[in-house]
Amino acid sequence: MSTQAPIDSRERILARIREALQSPAPKRHLNPPPGLPTQPMGTDGAGHAPQEWLPQVPESLEDRIALFERNSKELKTRVIRCANEAALIEALKILATEQAWRRVASHQFSLGHTAILSAGLPVTWVDKGYQIAELESADAGITGCECLVTQTGSILITAASSGGRALSVLPPHHVVIAHRSQVVADLSEALAVAKTSHQGKEPAFLSFITGPSRTGDIERILVLGAHGPKHLTVILVD
Amino acid sequence: MSTLAPSSQFARDADRVSHDLRHRRLIQKALGGYYVKRDEQKAKFANWQEARSLAGEVKYEAINHLDKYLIQFADAIAARGTKVFWASDGAEANAYICRVAKENGLKSVIKSKTMTGEEIHLGPELEKAGVEVVESDLGEFIVQLREEPPYHIVFPSMHLSREEINEVFQRKLGSQPAFTPEELTMIARGVMRQKYCTADMGISGANFAVADTGMISITENEGNARLSTALPRIHVAIVGIEKIIPRLEDLALLLPMLATAGSGQAITCYNTMLGGPRQPGEIDGPEEMHVILLDNQRTRLLADPEQRDALHCIRCGACLNVCPIFKNVGGHAYGTTYQGPIGSVITPHLRGLQSWKHLSNASSLCGACTETCPVKIDLHHHLLQNRRNAVQGKARWWEKWMWKGFDFLMTRPALYRWSAPLGRIGMFFYPIVERTAADPMQHWTKTRDFPRLAEYSFKEYWKNRKTPDVDTSTH
Repeated sequence: MSTQAPIDSRERILARIREALQSPAPKRHLNPPPGLPTQPMGTDGAGHAPQEWLPQVPESLEDRIALFERNSKELKTRVIRCANEAALIEALKILATEQAWRRVASHQFSLGHTAILSAGLPVTWVDKGYQIAELESADAGITGCECLVTQTGSILITAASSGGRALSVLPPHHVVIAHRSQVVADLSEALAVAKTSHQGKEPAFLSFITGPSRTGDIERILVLGAHGPKHLTVILVD
Repeated sequence: MSTLAPSSQFARDADRVSHDLRHRRLIQKALGGYYVKRDEQKAKFANWQEARSLAGEVKYEAINHLDKYLIQFADAIAARGTKVFWASDGAEANAYICRVAKENGLKSVIKSKTMTGEEIHLGPELEKAGVEVVESDLGEFIVQLREEPPYHIVFPSMHLSREEINEVFQRKLGSQPAFTPEELTMIARGVMRQKYCTADMGISGANFAVADTGMISITENEGNARLSTALPRIHVAIVGIEKIIPRLEDLALLLPMLATAGSGQAITCYNTMLGGPRQPGEIDGPEEMHVILLDNQRTRLLADPEQRDALHCIRCGACLNVCPIFKNVGGHAYGTTYQGPIGSVITPHLRGLQSWKHLSNASSLCGACTETCPVKIDLHHHLLQNRRNAVQGKARWWEKWMWKGFDFLMTRPALYRWSAPLGRIGMFFYPIVERTAADPMQHWTKTRDFPRLAEYSFKEYWKNRKTPDVDTSTH
């Protein structure tokens, strides 16, 4: 960019907006329920009413995990549950054989790093930068995540928790390794986690991933792997 | 592009498409599947109607404090190193983007779906500046190859069969014949993979602009927006000023509602919030991010308090999917960027009432759009208001005189009494001209019978009736 920024219409647009808003708009057909859509479900300790309009989520963690699994299955996400780290290593080995992985790409995160190494997979680590072609030709991208959302079967990733912006979308198979304590109730709770877990500084990249990449643009028939991964696997460690 | 007046073009294309049985079959099949999935998802909501009210409330709050939230958004996103440019119209926005492209010596741009970009004809402007533009959304890519505008704001290639898509792929890409949607999708995937890895600039729209955290939110299923905002060196997002929402948490409501109303999904596959270019400590992401806040006559709509809620629209396309007019005339007949009821409501504000008023007449006023809208925009009443405003602005002389004559006749009983026998005389001779070129009612009688006047009026009946047989003696 040149040194001199082009002059924009900020003040003109704001002036038009302020003039337009001089006459108030009528409130029609809006009879909103009490409360704001900002309170996460189940966290009504502060006296907030829980959200009563979105799809409901059960209270206990086991029930939530069960619902997360059901929602995931419906969206063609595979969920593998592992009792401990040894089982995680085993699961990775099985996946590697089954999918004929030659090389995977990953980043350093506590749950995954040693497991990936122990499983003996050839790995491209992206933490210190990567070549796009190298990442594109990896058979799978293995990442951590911010949390798992029961309500929708979604995975919330951020740049910090999931190895940047491309690792989870460029390779043809995205594998998420998460701990059961990362399962949250709904989207509000997930957003609250993302907002608070980075020293009060929201990350510049957040994404809810719900199922493998898909399209219905040809005759509204579902096809997986439109541009992003064809396969999405969540490994949930107890 | 056609040189016809918009109203003539609409009449011509609407007539052609509504007689096209093949088109009808494709649309009905596509929408039939949509209704089933949408109802399934709606049923999962604990209270869909309350969710609609609340979503409407969130947008009402944002639009009626637009100046405050826009400043908050712009300051917050700029704090992370994003360059914010405020554009009054499409020309300013396009000039800015072409300038960024030129200064960086860019050759190719990968575009993910942006209806706002369509609105300002960004693609053709960049091509004129010598930059190759590739649409990455599958539907957009297909219509780009066919050199057509998108058919529907959410499903751009809904009107095409796999055979037509195969034909254009073979002709334009030199691909092998493909027979299934899966094979066709994989051909596009292959083409696009190369483009992502080599494009210098990614262009996207935004579904929401979050004021408190300074982020844009992009909703998609394919992953093309994620790739085109992560890999190229520069990311440009075009954001209509009405896309603002106050808080990040509002997305917890709006994302599921957009997906449910838009495509019958609980939530779409990728919902990505971007607050800036690559930050210190991040592994990847664009070096530069630009956000363009576009007015382009939105403030004109804002200045109309009666129809201001049309700016609450989250572009889910639900009103198109349920509209009997859309289903019959198809998306291209409208000749607008935004089709269906919402397009008929806002296009007169964005592009001039007198040229686009005909769209508000192309409505059965059934109210299906208002009922389905996830943010409760009063769409069908806005169509009526457009009709009223169009007449107040510029009434047809003959229509004005017709009503004056009607007024004259109806307020003079003696004259009115004579009009019925006169009408019957006219009726007697009318069959001579009926359905000929001389028929003054020919537009009506082309497809319908003209109703006959009754043989006598109520007044005549009353006067000539025999004294009724009422036995009053029992009282």
